This record gives sequence, structure tokens and C-alpha cells, in this order.
Amino acid sequence: MSLVSVRGLTRVFDVSKPWLNRMIERLPKRILTAVSEVSFDIRAREVYALVGESGSGKSTIGKILVGLLPPSAGKVTIAGVDLSGGDRAAIDAVRSDIQMIFQDPYASLNPRWRVGDIIAEPVAARGGDTRGLAARLLQQVGLAAEDAQKFPHEFSGGQRQRIGVARALASEPKLIVCDEPTSALDVSVQAQVLNLMSDLKDEFGLTYLFISHDLTVVRHMADRIGVLYLGRLVEEADPASLFETPRHPYTQMLLAAAPRMDMIGREVAPPQGEIPDPINPPTGCAFHPRCPIAVARCSVDRPVLREVGISRVACHLAGGSGSGI
Amino acid sequence: MTQPVLSVRDLVVEIPTRAGVLRPVDKVSYDLAAGEILGVVGESGAGKSMTGNAVIGLLDRPARITGGEVILQGERIDTLSDARMRRIRGRRIGMIFQDPLTSLNPLLPIGAQLAETIAEHLPVGRAEARARAVRALEEVGIPAAAERVNSYPHEFSGGMRQRVVIALALCAEPVLVIADEPTTALDVSVQAQIIALLKRLCRERGTAVILVTHDMGVIAEAADRVAVMYAGRLAELGPVAEVLQRPRHPYTEGLVGSMPMAAAGRARLHQIPGAMPRLGQLPPGCAFHPRCRYARAECQRDPGPTRADCDGRAACWFPVGARA
Repeated sequence: MSLVSVRGLTRVFDVSKPWLNRMIERLPKRILTAVSEVSFDIRAREVYALVGESGSGKSTIGKILVGLLPPSAGKVTIAGVDLSGGDRAAIDAVRSDIQMIFQDPYASLNPRWRVGDIIAEPVAARGGDTRGLAARLLQQVGLAAEDAQKFPHEFSGGQRQRIGVARALASEPKLIVCDEPTSALDVSVQAQVLNLMSDLKDEFGLTYLFISHDLTVVRHMADRIGVLYLGRLVEEADPASLFETPRHPYTQMLLAAAPRMDMIGREVAPPQGEIPDPINPPTGCAFHPRCPIAVARCSVDRPVLREVGISRVACHLAGGSGSGI
Repeated sequence: MTQPVLSVRDLVVEIPTRAGVLRPVDKVSYDLAAGEILGVVGESGAGKSMTGNAVIGLLDRPARITGGEVILQGERIDTLSDARMRRIRGRRIGMIFQDPLTSLNPLLPIGAQLAETIAEHLPVGRAEARARAVRALEEVGIPAAAERVNSYPHEFSGGMRQRVVIALALCAEPVLVIADEPTTALDVSVQAQIIALLKRLCRERGTAVILVTHDMGVIAEAADRVAVMYAGRLAELGPVAEVLQRPRHPYTEGLVGSMPMAAAGRARLHQIPGAMPRLGQLPPGCAFHPRCRYARAECQRDPGPTRADCDGRAACWFPVGARA
């Protein structure tokens, strides 16, 4: 059974100018669709990765899952509890099973709190027993028990991210949403944090939603990968299929564009065009203006995610005979 | 051998502080030939950007060059006055920085910024400078360049802005471009466009490039040679394929090994224990020895190894691969 089930998730933001400006300048309302009809499942003890470029909606999905943002439409079910449903007590109980690790280890720790208090807060806030908790967690993430008395500024970026991991573990969650957990870190420190996260996952039987723009990191960590483009899930597959036989033209473009250490002096034609304005996304398939194989239908019909082999792809042409993809 | 475009000899940058003198750049030497792209990699605080800034004379006080030489086309430039240096920057050395918004004037249309740079450094009139500005924008792939010269920086996307910055850096036809993390703020697909553009333009014009980045993937694709910096020193310098595939310095080996690689699958990532020492607390001898798994007693002996005392490529007494 899946731990997390996301169905038709949509989130829009009103990015209009203030009311008075709109009246005076006779401007229409501007609505940005950050996430558009996204559906996926995360099985227990799995690492599900969401990849995409900026503006693809990956962080918005993460925030909706942890309850930092309400969805505009669609349904998120975690451990059988509908997060937008009416059962407040059940929602409250399941919320303590979800924690988050943030991207910026400098912004996500309160500089005026001692590390021990930061780590114990998720438990203390619910009136739990925090005796010895911070010391134990600090040791589990590779820091010293005495570090609980220190303040965040006494730690390096990698150590701060370990503190963030320790805090996420405090309430013994089932699901941890990791939003770009290593993109602020240097590669050698990134390796330390990724290894730590893998170890903790095995030790505590955690489930991760791993949000990243870095394909090599995602390939290393994920059991399944969802590729987002302009708020839409365009492809979902396991790492081996996704990297060896990407089926969506956007995934193919992304993989070709990513710099790789084993491609020394590679000469490739870089991708064409840029990500369109999410306020006025293209009609039909959002990728069609940049797609090398687009046909007339692509600018009219929005493709739905359908099964092609063991992947799920949102492309009219994927998997068709002779289409080559 | 033809004369190198840029020669950096034993460059030392020091910052006097109350706690003592810090050395963010310690005896860095390299040569750069025309049309060559030298990648400079290292983790934050390794001295990559500081080395680039020292070359172009843009060190923030109190940091200053206290040793070594910077030679541009046979002429020593580290001792020039600020006024002379200003004539060289923009004309003979172009610069590309990480954040395109901060390197463009938000209050001037991009065409005016380009024309100003061209008129400042080249003997051309205003009309000709303007025509060249349009050509420069066309060359970096700005669509409808003739109409967009009057647009302001905020009207462009991040990738287009970085193209404008590249046009600005190359418009006076410099012999050397220093690109400091030019793609770090950009998305993967735009990054690929910018790297391809930089490579093409420099190859066509024979411009030498110092490409400072922390991204080993970008280095692998763009650079001809790579310099690996650690704690202000050059740990290793050599052809990019050699250094990345057969690293000799244990730090390079660790850095390459800590990258999640396609081929390695789900194995644990190699990790370098510890973190880079702070500049005020460098260990004696080789700065890497406390984190090095091959370190022996000799590694603590002062002064630490330089590339010249070792095999010429890696500054290590016991380079990887040469060990028994």
C-alpha cells in the first residue's frame, strides 16, 4: 500500500497587482498555476524524487505535502488520512509523521536557539518527553552530544544540514520531505549528507520525497523519479528506465543538457528555447513550443499521464509504433 | 612555444587581520594559451574567486597581492596603477560574474551599456559603437537584437541576461575572459546553452578563458585543462581528461569520488572526512593531510609540497597511482 497518494493536485497563486492598481490601470487578474493536476503515489520506505527546473512546481508540491500550503484542488492522502478532509484529530496525528529538511541550512535554523532546543522542538511542541533526545539524535547524525549546548553559527554548512536532519528525525516521522537538501553544500559535504540520509532511511525505515534539480543526485538516491515541467508531471519511472530510455521529449532534453563528469569535452547541441511564462502556459502540451517532435495535436490536447512500458508518460507520441521514443 | 596570454607566477594574496595574516591564495602559478579554457574548481573558500579577482586587480581591501607576478601578453599587470588597470579591464580582460542582474546597470538599456563599453575601449564613433552593440547581441543569440537593444535588464530572463553579460565581456575583443561561476544561477537547460555559447565564441576568437566553478560536470564539458584548488593552493593542474579520470592528488580523487556518478549506481558515495580548514588554522605542511587517507609523517613537514617539487601535476609527496 502506498504511504502517500496525491490525486489531481493543483495549486494556483494570485500574482495580480494590488486591487487599486488593477482598477486604475485596468489590468486583469494574473493567476499563476504552480502545480497542475499532478497525481502520484509514494510507497512506504521508498525514495520518490521530483526533478525539474525552476518554476516546475517541485517545491510547491513538497510544501503542500507537509501542510505549509493548502492545495487549490485535488487530494493528498497520507497513511490513509485525507489531509483536506474533515477529521482534524486524524490530520493532526498524521502531521507528526511528516517532517521536512530544507535547502538552506543557514535560514532554516533559528540563530537564537541552542541546537538542542531546535532539535527537540518538534517533540516539545506536542508535549513529548525530550530528555536526552537531542544528544541521542546528534550522535546519530554524526555530531557530538555536547553540541546541543551550542548555537547554529558555531557550525559549518554541512554540520548545520546534519542538525536539520536531526530535527526532522526527532518526532520519529514516517515521511520526510527533503527540498533540495544538498544544493547549498559543496560536493564533498554533499556526499557526507547523502550517505547519512541513506543510512538513516535504512535504520528507521523512512520514506523520502526527495526534491532536487540535480539529476545525478536524484539518480543516486531515488527509487522512483517524477519529472515536472511547468507544474505538470510529464514522466515517472524508475532511475534505470528514466536515464537509459527517457520517453518524454522534455526528459530527453534535460538528460542531454545536464553536464556530466564522464563526458569530457562533449559537444552537444544545447536545448532550444526557455521555460515559458507560467502565467500564460502554452496550450495543449506545455512543452510543445520547444519539442523537436511536436505535431499539430500537441498544441491542442493536453496529454494525460499514461502507462508506457513500466513508465508513466504524458506525451501523445510516446510509445507509439515507429515514433522512436 | 608561443607566448602565453596569461602567466601567473607564485601569486600570493594576503589579508591582514587582528588575528594574524591570512593567505587566501598561496603561491598559485599557471599559464594560459590563446583559445584555451582553464577550469578552476574547488570548494567554497578554496581561493578560486580570489585568484581570479587578483588577476584582474579587483581585490577588496584589505586583501592585496603580496608576492608573485601576473603577466598578460608579456606585460606585468599586478603592479600597474588603478587607472592603467581600468584600461585593461574590459578591453583586454573581460569579466563574467555569477549573477547577471548585479553586473548590469538596471537603469540603462542594454544597448547603451554595450555601446558605452565599446566606445570607451575601441576607437569607434557613437553610431559605429551602437551598430557593434547590435552585432554583439546577435552573436550571443539574443533574438531580434536590433529591437531589444533598447530593453532594460529586467525585461530579460536569467539566461538572456547572462547572454547580455557575455556580450558585454566580449564586445571589446579581449584576449582573456574571467568567468566566475557563470552558470551557477541558471537552470540546467539554460546552463547548457550558455556553456556552448562561451565555448564557441572563445574558440572562434582565440580568447583564453578562466572558468571558475564548483561544478565538475561543467568543467568536464567546457575546460581544456583544470586547476584544483584547496585552501588557497593549487592541489593539481593538468588536462581535464587526465585529472578527472586519473586524479593524482588525493583531494582530487576524493572530490571526483564524492560526485554521484552514473556508472557507480547506488553504491555509497566516497566521502572525504572532515571539512576544509579555516584559513587562520591551516595545518603545517600539506594543508590536506589531516583529511588524507594516504597521509604519512612527511606530509606534516614544512613547507608543504608544491607541484614543482612533485610530479609537476599534483602537489602531493605521494601522488595517487604512483604509490606502491
